[in-house]
Amino acid sequence: MNDSIWDWDRAWEVLPLLLEGLSVTIQITVLGMLIASILGLFIALAMRTPSRWVTAPLKFLVDFIRMTPLLVQLVFVYLLLTWVPGYVVGFVVLGVHYATYMSEVYRAGIEAVPKGQWEAATALNMAKGRTWRAVILPQAIRNTLPGLGNYAISMFKETPFLFAISVNEMYKAGQDYGANTFSYIEALTMVGLLFLAVSYPTSLLVRRMEIRLA
Amino acid sequence: MPDPTNSAESQTMTNTSGDVPAIEFRDVVKRFGDNVVLDGLNFSVPQGQRITLIGPSGSGKTTILRLLMTLEELSGGLILIDGDPYTHEYKGDKWVAVPEKRRRVVRNRVGMVFQQFNLFPNMTVLGNIIESPIHVLGKSKAEAVADAERLLEKVGMSEKRDFNTNELSGGQQQRVAIARALAMDPEILLLDEVTSALDPEIVADVLDVLREIAETTDITMLLVTHEMQFAREVSDRVLMFDKGQIVEEADPETMFTNPTHDRTKEFLKAVLGG
Repeated sequence: MNDSIWDWDRAWEVLPLLLEGLSVTIQITVLGMLIASILGLFIALAMRTPSRWVTAPLKFLVDFIRMTPLLVQLVFVYLLLTWVPGYVVGFVVLGVHYATYMSEVYRAGIEAVPKGQWEAATALNMAKGRTWRAVILPQAIRNTLPGLGNYAISMFKETPFLFAISVNEMYKAGQDYGANTFSYIEALTMVGLLFLAVSYPTSLLVRRMEIRLA
Repeated sequence: MPDPTNSAESQTMTNTSGDVPAIEFRDVVKRFGDNVVLDGLNFSVPQGQRITLIGPSGSGKTTILRLLMTLEELSGGLILIDGDPYTHEYKGDKWVAVPEKRRRVVRNRVGMVFQQFNLFPNMTVLGNIIESPIHVLGKSKAEAVADAERLLEKVGMSEKRDFNTNELSGGQQQRVAIARALAMDPEILLLDEVTSALDPEIVADVLDVLREIAETTDITMLLVTHEMQFAREVSDRVLMFDKGQIVEEADPETMFTNPTHDRTKEFLKAVLGG
């Protein structure tokens, strides 16, 4: 039995450990997306201010975050802020990283609101802030929901990077089990299947949302 | 650009007495890049008059409405509403654009209905109508709703009160848009080709609503339309535009039966298929 490449007993044995890790993975994805979707909106709005003193440094920062690897950012921040738990570093760095992408989704969502909506708001003499809150953002955010869903799946799949900063997410649970039992194949296969079990139905949901909003 | 007026100081604040025109254009210039759409346009509209602007597309009619609604910025000249310089003020020795805050004071007197309706799709029919009466005019919700219901009745849309706007046909959306503009109780109503995007069989419904408004209110109306029969019925005066200039100005009877200018004759022949 131990000579074979696949051992069903091992595969069932690792499952509860992985499910615990999955719960951490999901928590981190939810918290990370919360940061990404709020911060992303603020970045998108700040980029619309006419002042170059705001937009130029922000553009640099956004490009910097996008053009450097997530793994490097995670480890760098983890080593820099030694007193912050890896779990927190994990979802904050993921959130900030994805905020730079979400800001693009918001920008597109805002630009997709027809010009006539702004004009109607002016014709009704609405104040700028009220126009944003009551007319533009509700429509823009609706436009961004599919993008938000896609980035959530993408972030979910990148949580294994948190292995590098010792967060007990699902991939680390699988690795630890493999290290103790040498049953890496079973553990990592189950990890892959569990990722698929969450992300595939989610992607179907996102696709349905895209069709409904189109 | 020549200084459009010297009497700015004497025309400080609101003056709605009968002899002050509701709308006055003084040497208005509008350029889009190198394209001069309006070149020193002068005209005025007395209180309560209904004016129809006709002319070929690109003649500047819609630009006039958009300037009045501050959807476009002036390139030169002045627009006055009830004698108030609307978008600019005399400071030192020149005209400067007024801040948005001051514009909003005068803008309350102007309402506009668009060709594409432009209802807010994230609100219900009622939500569209009560939005600005509550948040701009400061009405209570109960009062705004009561007013909205009265207006919905007027445009024949009472049953659709709680519908989403995307559940309505084009003609229904336009009637809601008219109610929404009226809910702000404007002194001046701008109608920009409001039936052009509608199927022919429902144009009449919208025109009926507008006809009733023309008959039952004293709102100053400026309309750009291709519905010549309607223009003839409701307007006091028709202005024929070509290349950003008024080429002819007359009462509707004269304009449509006995135009003098060749350009008007050509245009009317083309649109009326005569």
